[in-house]
Amino acid sequence: MERSEIRGNHKEITMALLQISEPGQSTVPHEHRLAAGIDLGTTNSLIASVRSGVAGTLPDTGGNHLLPSVVRYTTAGPVVVGQTALDAASTDPLNTIASVKRLMGRGIEDVKSLGAHLPYEFVPGASDMPLLHTCHGDISPVEVSADILRVLKTRAEQTLGGELAGVVITVPAYFDDAQRQATRDAGKLAGLPVLRLLNEPTAAAVAYGLDHGSEGIVAIYDLGGGTFDISILRLNRGVFEVMATAGDTALGGDDIDRVVAQWIMQQAGIGDDAGHGQLRHLMQLARAAKEALTELPATPIDVSIDGVDDWSGTLTRAQFDELIGPLVQKTLSPCRRVLRDAGIRTEDLQAVVMVGGSTRVPLVRSRVAGFFGREPLVDIDPDRVVAVGAAIQADILAGNRPDDDMLLLDVIPLSLGLETMGGLAEKIIPRNTTIPTARAQEFTTFKDGQTAMSLHVVQGERELVSDCRSLAQFELRNIPPMVAGAARIRVSFQVDADGLLNVTAEEQVKGIKSSIEVKPSYGLNDREIETMLKDSMAHAQDDMEQRRLREQQVDAERVLEALEAALAEDGDRLLDAEERKVIAAAAAALQLAGKGSDYQAIRQAIEGVEKASSDYVARRMNDNIRKAMAGHRVDEFESP
Amino acid sequence: MAAELSSTHFELFGLPQTFEVDRELLDSRFRELQRMAHPDRYAHASDQERRISMQQAIRINEGYQTLKDPLRRGRYLLELGGYDFSDEHHTTSDPEFLMEQMELRETIGEVRSGPDPLDRLGVIMDRIAADFDALAIRLRGQLAAGTVNDHDVAADILMKMQFFRKLDEETQELEASLEDELDQKH
Repeated sequence: MERSEIRGNHKEITMALLQISEPGQSTVPHEHRLAAGIDLGTTNSLIASVRSGVAGTLPDTGGNHLLPSVVRYTTAGPVVVGQTALDAASTDPLNTIASVKRLMGRGIEDVKSLGAHLPYEFVPGASDMPLLHTCHGDISPVEVSADILRVLKTRAEQTLGGELAGVVITVPAYFDDAQRQATRDAGKLAGLPVLRLLNEPTAAAVAYGLDHGSEGIVAIYDLGGGTFDISILRLNRGVFEVMATAGDTALGGDDIDRVVAQWIMQQAGIGDDAGHGQLRHLMQLARAAKEALTELPATPIDVSIDGVDDWSGTLTRAQFDELIGPLVQKTLSPCRRVLRDAGIRTEDLQAVVMVGGSTRVPLVRSRVAGFFGREPLVDIDPDRVVAVGAAIQADILAGNRPDDDMLLLDVIPLSLGLETMGGLAEKIIPRNTTIPTARAQEFTTFKDGQTAMSLHVVQGERELVSDCRSLAQFELRNIPPMVAGAARIRVSFQVDADGLLNVTAEEQVKGIKSSIEVKPSYGLNDREIETMLKDSMAHAQDDMEQRRLREQQVDAERVLEALEAALAEDGDRLLDAEERKVIAAAAAALQLAGKGSDYQAIRQAIEGVEKASSDYVARRMNDNIRKAMAGHRVDEFESP
Repeated sequence: MAAELSSTHFELFGLPQTFEVDRELLDSRFRELQRMAHPDRYAHASDQERRISMQQAIRINEGYQTLKDPLRRGRYLLELGGYDFSDEHHTTSDPEFLMEQMELRETIGEVRSGPDPLDRLGVIMDRIAADFDALAIRLRGQLAAGTVNDHDVAADILMKMQFFRKLDEETQELEASLEDELDQKH
C-alpha cells in the first residue's frame, strides 16, 4: 500500500515536468486521485466530486445533499453539525452557531454592526477576529467552519472510498483578503489538502458553461444566504476569464428573513427585548414564509413561542415584495458597476445565470430580468451548481485530466493599497486586475535620520483609510539613517491565484533588504494553526514523527526522479559542465539524506537541490514558452 | 532566480513591435500563454516550479494589460525606444490644452447640482472618449514616423491622453454615484 502511494507520487511529478517539454500533450497513464469541490455556504454546505466523468454532489447516508451550515457545541458530547444542530437552534441558541460565514475574517467592530441581530456572545480573541462564547469554550469562526468541513470530508471519503488528495473550496468573489485567509485556515484546520480557493460565481460559470457548451460573455448573479456576487465572464474555448466582479458580502437570504421576522414582531407586538431563542424561532418562521411565497400568493403565519403571546396572521406576496424591495434593489448598484468595469452593455451579454438559493424569490427574478432586459436562466440547480463547478476544477487540479484545456482566470474584487500621509489610501493594485499579479511602488522617509517606517495595508475603493478594510500593519526597521527623502523603500504587493496577498518591503539605496511577511490582522498565524491541529489530532507524537519522515522520503524520491528525467532530456543543452556538477552534488547529498531517518535533514537536502537547480528549472520553462511562440511565427509565415 | 521570459512584451506575445496591435490575436495569444504558464497547470508540481509558474503568469498578465491599453502601450513603446519618463522636463507645454482641461473639470463639477445630471454627464463622457481616441490616432502617426526627435511630441500626446484617462475615471465614478442616488429615490 505504501509502495503504491510512492509510485503515484512519482508519476505526478514526472508528469509535471513532461508537461513542460510537451505542453498540452497527453502523458503517461495516471492514477486517479480523489478530488472534491466544497461549497462552504452561509446557510448550507455541499461537497461534490467527479465520478466516472460526471460531476455531482454527494449525499449523506440519509440521502441529503445539503448540509445545514449549523454547528452545535455541547459540554460533554461530540460537536453536532447539520440538521440536528439546526433543530436545536431555538432551544440552545448560544451554543448553536449558524451563518458563521458572515463572521469569517471580520473584526469585532464589523460584528457589532451586525451584532444587534446575531444571537451569540462574543469575546475578544488574540487576533482581531472575535471568539464565540459557548459551553464548549471560546471558539473562533475559523474553528466552527472547520467543524463543518470535517463532516463533509468524512462524507466524501466514505462515499469515494479513500482519502481526498485535493479539494477546492469556494468563496464569494467579493470576499476580501482577510475573509479568504480565514477560509484557507479553516481548510487547513480540517486537515484538507486545499488546492485552491475558487470564487463562487466562477465555479458556477464553469458548471454552466460546460453544461451548455456556451461561448461569449455571461453574467452570473449569485445571491446566497449571506452574500451577493455579480460577475461578468468571457467564455472562450475552455478559458473562463473574469472581466469584472462586484458584490456585497453582507447581503443575502438571511437579510430577507430578518426583515420578515421584524415585520412579524411588529404585527405580533413582540418587543426588541425578545430572547435569543425567540429570535431564532422567529427567523425560522420568516424563512418558512419566504419559501412558501415562492409558489403561493399568500401564506399564513402562526406564532406560538414560549414567553410570547400567540399570534396568527397572513403575509401576502405583495406585502412581502414591499418589505424586501429595498434589499433586492441594493443588488442592482453592483450590477451596474460590474458592467461599467467590464466595459460592456447589457446587450453584449449572452446570458444571465441565476445562482444561490435566494434567486428563487420571484421578486429577485423579476428585478434582475428588468435590469438586464432579458429573462435570467434559472434552469440549473441554484444550490448545487457552485459545488459542481468546484469539483470539476478540483478534478483538473488533482491531475486527473491531463488533456483538459480548461483554465480559469480570475480577478481581485477590491483594490489593494497602502495608507499614506493624512490617512489617505493609495491604490497599488486596482480592483478587477487579473490574478496572479504583482506591483511595486517606492516610498521615502520624511524625517532626517529616520530608521523605521510603518506600513498599513488596506483593501477597498474609498479614499479614506478609515473607510477601507485594514488588512495588516507592519514596521520596516533598520533603514540606514539618511536625510529625509533619500531612502528608497520599495513595497511589493503580490496576489496569488487564490487572491491572497503577500506584501514585502525593502530599502533600496544602501541595499539593505528587510523583507517582512504580512501578519494578518484577522487570521491565525501558522503557529496557532499548528497548535490547533495538534490539539485536534488523535495521533501520538511518535506517529507524527513517523509520518513526517515518510512524507519527506517520498518527497525526496520524487524530486530526484523528476530531476533525473529532466537532465536526461535537456541537461546537456541547457547546462554547462560546472552547473551540472553543482546540481549533481546537491542530488548526491539528497540521496544520502534520504537513506537516513532525520526528516529535517531530508527537508534541507531537498531545499538544497531546489536551490541548485532553480536556474535550470526556470530555463526549462522559459525555453518551452519560447519554443511554443517561435513555432507560431514560423507557422504564420509559412501559411498563406 | 530571475525567470526572465522574452525580453519585451511584444516578443513574449509574438507580435510585431508597433503601436497598432491586432486585438484578436493578442487575446488569443494571451489565453495560449496562460494555458502553458498558469499556476493551475502546476498544482501538483514542486514548490519551486509553482513559484516560477506564478512569476511567469504575472509577467504574462502584465504584458497583456500593457499591450491591450493604447495609453500603456504607447508609453511602453517610448520606453523601449529609450525615452525616460522620469525626466522632469516635460510638464505639458500647451497652455491651451490646460485651459480646456480646467474648463472641462469645472463643467463636470457643476453637473451634480444642475438639471438632468446623468444626461449632461453622458454628453461630457462621450466627448472625453472621442478626444482620447483622436489623441490615440495622432499618437499612432507619431510612432509610425519613429524618429528620436518625434519622441517628445509622442510623450506630449501621451500626457494629454493621461489627462483624459483621469477624467474618464472620475466621470465614471460620478456616474456610478449619481445612478445610486437616483436608485435610492425610487
